[in-house]
Amino acid sequence: MGPMSCRVVIVGAGHAGGALAAVLRQYGHEGPITLIGEEGTAPYQRPPLSKAALTGDLDPETLVLRPNGWYIDNGINLLLNEAVRAIDRPASQVVLASGQRLSYDALVLATGVRARNLDLPGSTLAGIATLRTIEDARTLKGELASGRRLVVVGGGYVGLEVAASAIAAGCSVTVLEREARVLNRVAGPTLSEYFERRHRSEGVILHLGVQVASFFGNGSRVEGVKLTDGREVAADVVLVGIGGLPNQELAIEAGLQTGNGVIVDEATKTSDPRIFAIGDVAYRPLPLYDEAGRLESVPNALEQAKQAARSILHQEPPEREVPWFWSDQYNVKLQIAGLISGADNHVIRGNVGTDRFSVFYLLGDRLLAVEAINSPADFMGGKRMIASREPLCAARLADPAIPIKDVAMKARLLKTS
Amino acid sequence: MPKITYIDRVGVALSVDVKPGLSLMEGAVRNNVPGIEGECGGACACATCHVYIDPDWKDRVGPQSAMEASLLEFADDVRENSRLSCQITVSQALDGLTVHVA
Repeated sequence: MGPMSCRVVIVGAGHAGGALAAVLRQYGHEGPITLIGEEGTAPYQRPPLSKAALTGDLDPETLVLRPNGWYIDNGINLLLNEAVRAIDRPASQVVLASGQRLSYDALVLATGVRARNLDLPGSTLAGIATLRTIEDARTLKGELASGRRLVVVGGGYVGLEVAASAIAAGCSVTVLEREARVLNRVAGPTLSEYFERRHRSEGVILHLGVQVASFFGNGSRVEGVKLTDGREVAADVVLVGIGGLPNQELAIEAGLQTGNGVIVDEATKTSDPRIFAIGDVAYRPLPLYDEAGRLESVPNALEQAKQAARSILHQEPPEREVPWFWSDQYNVKLQIAGLISGADNHVIRGNVGTDRFSVFYLLGDRLLAVEAINSPADFMGGKRMIASREPLCAARLADPAIPIKDVAMKARLLKTS
Repeated sequence: MPKITYIDRVGVALSVDVKPGLSLMEGAVRNNVPGIEGECGGACACATCHVYIDPDWKDRVGPQSAMEASLLEFADDVRENSRLSCQITVSQALDGLTVHVA
C-alpha cells in the first residue's frame, strides 16, 4: 500500500490533530483518516477562550475550525467524546475506551496538554477553575459577572489574558505570581515590566514573589486564597493558570521515548517510526536554535501538522519555521518571534514607557528573537531576520528613525557584499 | 448565502457559500483552501492569510487598517490589491467575489 492510501489514526482532536487531517487531504492523501477527540466539539480555536470569547461569543459554531460536515465530505472519521485506552504496537492498533480496536499504518499523537492543578488544602472547593477547553471557558464566563472578585494564580499568558478579560467584564482582579516577574518562562524582563505596569494601570492588583498556601471557603465554595506569608486575599472565583502538563501517558505506556513531552525528530517521528507526535505534547528539535523543546502554540501545532503530513506521505519537509506567539490584552497586541534563551545582548527599539516598542534579542550580531508591543512591522521584519540568520547592526536596529525594512534589507546587502 | 471563489496558488478554483459574518480567511479555512493558514485565528497578528482581491471589488471590501498594512509590508509578493483575508468580513455585498491566494 502506498503512502497516499495508508490508514492514519490521529489521537487528539485539537488544533494540531484537526490541522493534520486537513493538510493530509491537501497534500493528496486519499486513505482512511480517523480523528479521535475526548471533547464533544470538532477541532476549534483555543486562543480566544481566554480573550474575546471569554466575555463575548463562546459559540462552538464560531470557534470550530471546520464544521462537522467538512469531515464527512472529506471522508474523515471524526470520533468525538471518545478516549483511547492504549496503543498496541505489535498489532499496530489503538484500543478505544469502548474496547474497539482501530488499525493504523501511521499513528499520530496530538494529545496536547492539560491544565496543571494546584494540589493544596482547599483546592477542590467550588469556584476554583482552570482554563483549557470550551467547557472550562463556559464555566469561567458564568463566574465573571461585574463586581465579582477574581483571583488569578499564575502570571503567564492565560492568567494575564483572563485578568484583562475580567477587568473588561467589570470584575476586580488580583494576580498572584510565584516568580519575581510575570511571564517569567516566556518573555524577557523588559516585557514583564511593561505588562506589570500595564495591568496595574488597568486596576489589577498584582503580587509578585508570592506563593499560595491554601484555599479557604464556606465549606463548599471558595472565599479566598491564603499565601505562605500569612496574607489572605478574598475571592469569589479563582483561576489557576500555572501551565500545562503534556498528555503523554499513552506514549509512556506504549514504551515510546518521553521526557518533557513525547520526544520526536524533525520529521515528528517518535522512537517508533510508525508513530508521530505533534503540537503541545511534542518535545521537538528547534532547528534554528540548535536545541529542543516543547512549544505550546497554534503556529507550532500547524507547523508540526505539516511536518507530520509530509513525513507520512514521504514528501519533502516544509521550510524550517521561526516559532512565534501572540497575545491580546486590553488594547495591547504582543507578538513574539523566535526564542530568547541563548541571547547575549538585547536592543530596544522605541520607548518602553509607551504602548509601542520592541525588544530585539541577539547572540553576537545574529537576531534570535523579537518581542513587539503594538509594533507589527518590527515583528514581521524581525521574524524575517531570524529566519535569514544574517548579521545585523544593533545600532541601526535601535534607531526607530531607520525603517525596520531598511535594517532588514541592509542585513541582506552586508551578506552579499 | 454569498458565494466566494478562492483560487489557490496552482490555479485550482473552489466556489463555496460563506456565511455572512465570517471572515474571508475563516471561509477559506473551513473549506481547506491550500495556502490560507490563519495561524493567529484572525487576530491580525501573522499575515498567513494573504490574498489578492480582484481590483473591481476594492471599494466593496473596504480599506486596510494600519496594523494590516504593517504586516503586509513584510509579506511575500505584495501587490497593490494585497489584503489579509482575516480582515474582510463576508456579507451579501461580497456575493460573487473572487479571491486569489497569494
